[in-house]
Amino acid sequence: MIDSVPDTPLHQPMAPAAKAAGKRLSPSARRQRRAAWLFLAPACVMVALFVLYPILKSISLSFYSWDGMTDKTFVGLANYIELFHAPTFYTALKNNLLWLLLFLLAPPMGLAIALYLNQAVAGIRLVKSLFFAPFVLSGVVVGLIFSWFYDPTFGLLALILGHGIPVLGDAHYVTFGIVFAALWPQTAYCMILYLTGLTGLNADQIEAARMEGARGWALLWHVVLPQLRPTTFMAMVVTIIGALRSFDLISVMSSGGPFESSTVLAYYMYDQAIKYYRYGYSAAIAVVLFAIMLVYIAWHLRRLLRNEH
Amino acid sequence: MFPMPIDHWKPVNRRLYKLTLPLALLVWLLPLIAVMVTSIRSTEELTEGNYWGWPKHFALFANYHEALTTSPMLHYFFNSVMITVPAVIGAIALAAMAGFSLAVYQFRGNLALFATFVGGNFVPIQILMIPVRDLFLQMGLYNTLWALMLFHIAFQTGFCTLFLRNFIKQLPYELIEAGRIEGAGEWAIFWRIILPLIRPALAALSILVFTFVWNDYFWALCLTQGDDAAPLTVGVAALRGQWVTAWNLVSAGSILAALPSVMMFFAMQRHFVAGLTFGATKG
Repeated sequence: MIDSVPDTPLHQPMAPAAKAAGKRLSPSARRQRRAAWLFLAPACVMVALFVLYPILKSISLSFYSWDGMTDKTFVGLANYIELFHAPTFYTALKNNLLWLLLFLLAPPMGLAIALYLNQAVAGIRLVKSLFFAPFVLSGVVVGLIFSWFYDPTFGLLALILGHGIPVLGDAHYVTFGIVFAALWPQTAYCMILYLTGLTGLNADQIEAARMEGARGWALLWHVVLPQLRPTTFMAMVVTIIGALRSFDLISVMSSGGPFESSTVLAYYMYDQAIKYYRYGYSAAIAVVLFAIMLVYIAWHLRRLLRNEH
Repeated sequence: MFPMPIDHWKPVNRRLYKLTLPLALLVWLLPLIAVMVTSIRSTEELTEGNYWGWPKHFALFANYHEALTTSPMLHYFFNSVMITVPAVIGAIALAAMAGFSLAVYQFRGNLALFATFVGGNFVPIQILMIPVRDLFLQMGLYNTLWALMLFHIAFQTGFCTLFLRNFIKQLPYELIEAGRIEGAGEWAIFWRIILPLIRPALAALSILVFTFVWNDYFWALCLTQGDDAAPLTVGVAALRGQWVTAWNLVSAGSILAALPSVMMFFAMQRHFVAGLTFGATKG
């Protein structure tokens, strides 16, 4: 496995002589420094232009009123004030929270399927791959499949229940219906993470625990899950990001409706920009979403950089 | 091994397990199977209300033919290819160089730059939407394949750099020192020593990025208008509006849209999974 390779530092240790010489680097050190920046330059330009600059620009835009064509007018915090008074904002926020909570079912369900499939029987590799297939599908395709599934007149759900429920047309059910569809590929993703995690388990520890009489749940809880902690962490990371980014399925299945009852911040923002040309206002929504995710990005980066030392 | 290997189970349970496997698979893939069956179902049958029974008349050719010809499916497909292939190559090329630089050279700001690349991955894409759209409008690239291609290169570069930098960092540094002693320049070290060694990582990444870009819908909506530069995801979503009840055509379109990434996945499965989990456990 890739991960078992020891993390040997590849950094060239700074030669003491070069340090003592201060700014006067040796020709080879200078050549290397130049190479370092030349290798980095194209990626930096692209990321700066299409990722960093747009973030700053969105933040500044959120203080303006702008329709995308005429001149921008500075309005201070007006966009934010309006946002915090808009009922749709709270619906979106509530739905984001609902997505987050329900989406977190994906890691345990993924683990359950992984445990179920982690056997060496004939054809299991194909079965595992087929279980993973939903993850490879586009959100658009998953959305279309489930819209059809939910169709109250002839959908599969109506067939199973014996009567139709307009899942996507009912404000009470719509978000649950969409999240259920989204859980399908997400669970597949978590499953594959756990299947990989399970192959890396320490067999000796498990044998030792079995010798001492640990079985089933106890073994899973006290021995296996602690070993799977990095996998669980990752499954949570991708699930949380996935929940906050949810857009494709909402767009395809309900367009945020009925009456904006299934909107989330990401979709609300898109809607305000594309349908109503309210660029400043929708930038403010994006900034709020960004701020929520920033807490999470900061936590993740801290963890990542701590591993570097 | 956990759970207990099946060989140690009671024979009854073993048989039961093997029996439930295909059933579980059937339930799990039911939506997909339904779509496949529907994509070969004839329109007459759908109007008769036979949505879920086994199709009596097969209309495989008719449905796919109609989906391909009555809507600009082939055009969308072509657009998707023209966006995705250059985007994958571009992002991987930029990220290989950047990852190499971040892994091998020590300079002030190395870690800060790395953190920026990683952080960029987790940004909600909506915060990029308006400025990126505006940028392409100003450049005159809005509603062209270039816009989607360039944006995907930039966005995926961050993710690929994280992945490749960590991969290169695990290679033994002596290789590079040996190269330098032999008199190889920095470019030769990258091209002749590092690139061949990271080939498995490059394969894993290309598959992963291919499916990400191929399946993208958000940027396709934001950066295109009408059919000119719209990729397949937009085309398939539009199929639904055009034929409200023609689920057989929508199904055929969905299958066509899903086919490339599904085929890629099955062909390069090992790489795909390695990519997902490598990026994963490093976090």
